Amino acid sequence: MDLLWILLGSMFVNNIIFSRFLGCCPFLGVSTKTDTAKGMGVAVIFVLVLAAVMTWLAFHMVLVPLGLEYLYTLSFILIIAALVQFVELVLKKINPVLYKSLGIFLPLITTNCAVLGVAVINMNENYTLAESVVNALGSSMGFLLALLLMSGIRERIDRNTNVPQCLQGLPIALVTAGLMSMAFMGFAGIIK
Amino acid sequence: MISIEGVLWPTVVMGVLGLVFGALLAFASIKFFVKTDERVSMIREILPGANCGGCGYPGCDGYANGVVNEGAKMNLCAAGGPVVAQKIAEIMGVTVEQEDSTPLRAVLRCAGSPRSSARNVVYDGIQDCRSAAVLPGGSPNACPFSCMGLGTCVKVCPFGAMSIVDGLASIDPKKCVGCGACISACPKSVLTLAPNTSVAWVTCNSKWKGPDVKKVCSVGCIGCSLCARVCPEKAIAVDGNLAVIDFAKCTGCGMCMAKCPAGCINAPVPIAKAV
Repeated sequence: MDLLWILLGSMFVNNIIFSRFLGCCPFLGVSTKTDTAKGMGVAVIFVLVLAAVMTWLAFHMVLVPLGLEYLYTLSFILIIAALVQFVELVLKKINPVLYKSLGIFLPLITTNCAVLGVAVINMNENYTLAESVVNALGSSMGFLLALLLMSGIRERIDRNTNVPQCLQGLPIALVTAGLMSMAFMGFAGIIK
Repeated sequence: MISIEGVLWPTVVMGVLGLVFGALLAFASIKFFVKTDERVSMIREILPGANCGGCGYPGCDGYANGVVNEGAKMNLCAAGGPVVAQKIAEIMGVTVEQEDSTPLRAVLRCAGSPRSSARNVVYDGIQDCRSAAVLPGGSPNACPFSCMGLGTCVKVCPFGAMSIVDGLASIDPKKCVGCGACISACPKSVLTLAPNTSVAWVTCNSKWKGPDVKKVCSVGCIGCSLCARVCPEKAIAVDGNLAVIDFAKCTGCGMCMAKCPAGCINAPVPIAKAV
């Protein structure tokens, strides 16, 4: 039951983008088309869950026994960077279409603070391996959800509305993101 | 006190972690090797690597891919010029298209330095034209069409060809390759591309009527049409109170320059006859 709460909590209440404000760069960059948003979201789910497992293992199996907890930032970044490279290689081989549509955004996951953020949250909350994985899954599904909602809205904005020239593109996207964030704040307090 | 262990262990741990992941990646790069067209990497080698975007692709990698896989033209690289186009053609095994490969360069359509034109306000904000351009009135200068001289073009130029001289953008014609990066960055569209052989262009961008221009700038085009009348090649037209030179027709005779009362037709380079 705890796991379900963690999943729902990280997906809606503590949505990685709308409540924690992590990973805003890819959120704004990839949310112009639903197709790319989907691809990016799935890639993030994949990377984030893998990264959560790897960082949990590295932290609890290597750093804690040696008393080197303070090295967590350095080693987490190392793990995430290597993982993204790995995913890129694999994706290029098994799904070139997705690889092409992601383009520059796949390397961007390397510097996506959402990935590091979730790893650090798992560490701070003292989650077990299972809880970490569930938290990572929920967070990345929240990321996908945010991207899908946003891309749907942005596609409609581009097509149907008369946005003033000074607000076209990124400005209206930021205003939209702010409004959506406020909406998501309505979940606050439902689950810790 | 610093113990040996306090330094050694972290080093060893990070080193081992790095090695493990390095080995993993090395293994993956062999296991998941994807055969790519080697011409892409060969073309990528030849391209200048400035990633200026002048070809219309996002960077040199994109262009190399575009040539091989999407049939892009081989002479799009402004930075490399005909030499690079020739090399690309050799790799692709075809002869290069020679048309529309006249080398271009950027020129500034403004001469309103702080000495010759009025300023509305002393701008003390972010030193970037794009942020100054959102001021009420569109510019710190009294003329809303003019070069603000805050150096956005200097920052975006991948070739170091731009500089700010006397409050105006200045282009080094030896370094400029005509990629157009500055032109898309300039919020005033005060820069334009001209053929390298062109000798004359109008150093003004103001669409205002003559008397209004005179009030704010002593070197602005007043739209008097004297240049258009005197030009033997009919290369000059006055469009919206602003003289525009058709570079294809201009032979560089210099008659318009001699006649212009505002002195806003420029010819800083020796006259080479355009073909």
